[in-house]
Amino acid sequence: MPGSDLFAKAEFNMQVCNACRYCEGFCAVFPAMERRLTFAKADLRYLANLCHGCGACYYACQYAPPHEFDVNIPRNFAQVRAETYRRYAWPSFLASLFERNGVVVSLATAAALAVFLLATFYDQAPAVVFAAHRGGDFYKVIPHGVMVWTFGLVGLYVLLALTIGFVRFWRETGEPIHEFVEPAALGHGILDALHLKNLRGGGDGCPYPDERPSHKRRVFHHFTFYGFLLCFAATCVGTIYHYVFGWMAPYALWSVPVVLGTVGGIGLLVGPLGLLWLKGKRDPDTDEPAQFGMDAGFLWLLFLTSLTGLALLALRETAAMGTLLAVHLGVVLGLFLTLPYGKFVHAVYRVAALVRAALERSRPMPEVTFE
Amino acid sequence: MPDLARAYDVLVLGGGNAALCAAITARKLGASVLLVESAPKAFRGGNSRHTRNLRCMHDRPTDVLTEAYPEDEYWEDLLKVTGGQTDERLARYTIRTSATCTPWMVEHGVRFQPSLGGTLHLSRTNAFFLGGGKALVNAYYRSAEALGVAIAYDAEAQDLDLRDGRFHSATVANGGTSHKVSAKALVAASGGFESNIPWLKDAWGPAAENFLIRGTPYNLGRVLRVLIDKGAKAVGDPKQCHAVAIDARAPKFDGGICTRVDCVSLGIVVNKHARRFYDEGEDFWPKRYAIWGRLVAGQPDQIAYSIIDSKAVGKFMPPVFPPVKAGSIGELARALELDPAALEDTVKRFNAAVRPGTFNHAALDDCGTEGIEPPKTHWARPIDTPPYFGYPLRPGITFTYLGVGVNERARMLMADGQPSANIFAAGEIMAGNILGKGYLAGFGMTIGTVFGRIAGEEAARNARQ
Repeated sequence: MPGSDLFAKAEFNMQVCNACRYCEGFCAVFPAMERRLTFAKADLRYLANLCHGCGACYYACQYAPPHEFDVNIPRNFAQVRAETYRRYAWPSFLASLFERNGVVVSLATAAALAVFLLATFYDQAPAVVFAAHRGGDFYKVIPHGVMVWTFGLVGLYVLLALTIGFVRFWRETGEPIHEFVEPAALGHGILDALHLKNLRGGGDGCPYPDERPSHKRRVFHHFTFYGFLLCFAATCVGTIYHYVFGWMAPYALWSVPVVLGTVGGIGLLVGPLGLLWLKGKRDPDTDEPAQFGMDAGFLWLLFLTSLTGLALLALRETAAMGTLLAVHLGVVLGLFLTLPYGKFVHAVYRVAALVRAALERSRPMPEVTFE
Repeated sequence: MPDLARAYDVLVLGGGNAALCAAITARKLGASVLLVESAPKAFRGGNSRHTRNLRCMHDRPTDVLTEAYPEDEYWEDLLKVTGGQTDERLARYTIRTSATCTPWMVEHGVRFQPSLGGTLHLSRTNAFFLGGGKALVNAYYRSAEALGVAIAYDAEAQDLDLRDGRFHSATVANGGTSHKVSAKALVAASGGFESNIPWLKDAWGPAAENFLIRGTPYNLGRVLRVLIDKGAKAVGDPKQCHAVAIDARAPKFDGGICTRVDCVSLGIVVNKHARRFYDEGEDFWPKRYAIWGRLVAGQPDQIAYSIIDSKAVGKFMPPVFPPVKAGSIGELARALELDPAALEDTVKRFNAAVRPGTFNHAALDDCGTEGIEPPKTHWARPIDTPPYFGYPLRPGITFTYLGVGVNERARMLMADGQPSANIFAAGEIMAGNILGKGYLAGFGMTIGTVFGRIAGEEAARNARQ
């Protein structure tokens, strides 16, 4: 859909919703909408990123198709979000990656990196790669320094790209940067994200994947998100072990980093598979088909990151370790590199939008209604 | 598609709130139930899909209702709007029973929420459905399906075999064929005739061509017509309908809530000759809401224009269509295709008549006019701050009052006052017994819920005999 049509449609939708307001209790989008009388592109971009795409408003809507008003907030806002992802991407010339970052590209990137790593290891020391190492010492295959430098640099790049995206989003809302760290709003916004409050559909859950309210999507997203968080925590603990205590990896099965990583890894198996399963069953009426590749690509990379990581853990004392290490690191590197240009960015803009909504709630209601 | 050839215990005609309440109740009492909805699935639910709340008697605050709304106050509110065109026994029964509705509704999937933004005046009296009426209708259909109610969409009851007050079968048109559906008991819950333009023309003449209908085109009143023609007692004013002023740019059908425009009290309203015709500041929203549709219907070509200046912006519920905007009154007139000189003259004379006062939109304030006909008795401020805005208005027909008589057990009455052997009625088709005229927000849903459940219970019991 060309840009202006997309925003004209979004603007009309919001005018219908603002005159109706029946969906106010479902999520944060509608109370935020009610603070406005007009909907400029910046407002629509903010509201679209506040939308979790749950579908509750669609099924409740008197004006949903085949009504001539053709109001379909989940789909329309998914399209606006896709526009914002490209708009805020850094560097800007990589924005088109969002359109190409489907399942095939994501997996191919990961596979290519895995092959490249394997070839590099082999080139360095062929015998070491295919040998079994006592205790699964992967630093024999890839030196610690190389790993830290590679992932450190990629990580910093990702952080930079995401931060610039966030700043671009926040600036466009018109809020000064310092408002983002206003403690109460920041706390509320983050809490709303951690609870996925807006996927509760006002209590019974959201009608996802079909019109029956359910908590399935919330549950699987929790598996995914908290799994991701635990894996990240495992890495942080490992880093502390290494640099603070001088305890070198690999760590024992019952060590803190391995337990965190294993539990998180299980979350990252269950969550993404569940979300992919729901996505496959989703009512085509509310879906935005153009977004499927980007979403699925990210979910598959998360799943494979976990699968290869757990396989590496299980087989770390065997001769397969070197190969599995290359595959796992390839997938992780693929995941990292695609983070700023794929579904992951929704987390950045969603949290920013939730914090903004909390900020707005803390302010008096502007004079926009009287009845 | 359910089996239309088999005989059911209870046949429910209609697919809105009252029909669903009846079908669910009858099914839970063990009856086999067929619900016949004339609309396709996407437009199911009749006028209920556009509703948003239920007026509820309550003695103390609840999770969604503030303070208390006792029976007598509720009754007095009803008396006021109907001007006595009500049946006190049925009305008080409905009011008392309204206190018990919400737990049943919750049990069948309906969820509530605090009153919506811009509706604080209803937070004490009305329980709002989470997601509005279509969400309620969806929940009831899910519930009915799970219980095993057979549901036919796109199925219109066109005729009834009704002899000596006893129902035998209905002729139901579906998919180009006509089916004879027999059942032991009938629940008529198929609403009024607000979408039936020829019928509206009987009452209003050619003016009805210019009416916009706020609900779907499926509210044709066919069952109502057949019942009255075949000897049911008619109640309620056959010529009246509830009409509000809505945006003239709204679709012909199904514009629902969002097409309402209420900046009437913040400016002036003129007809196609750019002349004012009624006191815009007469009263608050509920009354204003209920009379302006009819006022516009009485004007030439059934069109009017609400004119405000920029002082009014943000002080009323935002309408769905943007206003026509202009830098001067003359320009605004041209944009609205009114005579610029006439509108300038009307505004000039209105502005000159405005007496100073303290503007307060929340009270019947002292800002009135002097020496002008019609006067504007409250909230009168000169229209002098550009830009100026205009909204074209047309009558938006919400519901009709004509119905069939019922007794306290929802049993339909025949013209001679005798109860029918096996016909029950619920919802808008019998609301005229209680709401003979006027409008009370959320009361239609109360009548539908109370009488839908009774009709379902009685029909199931009747079918067992």
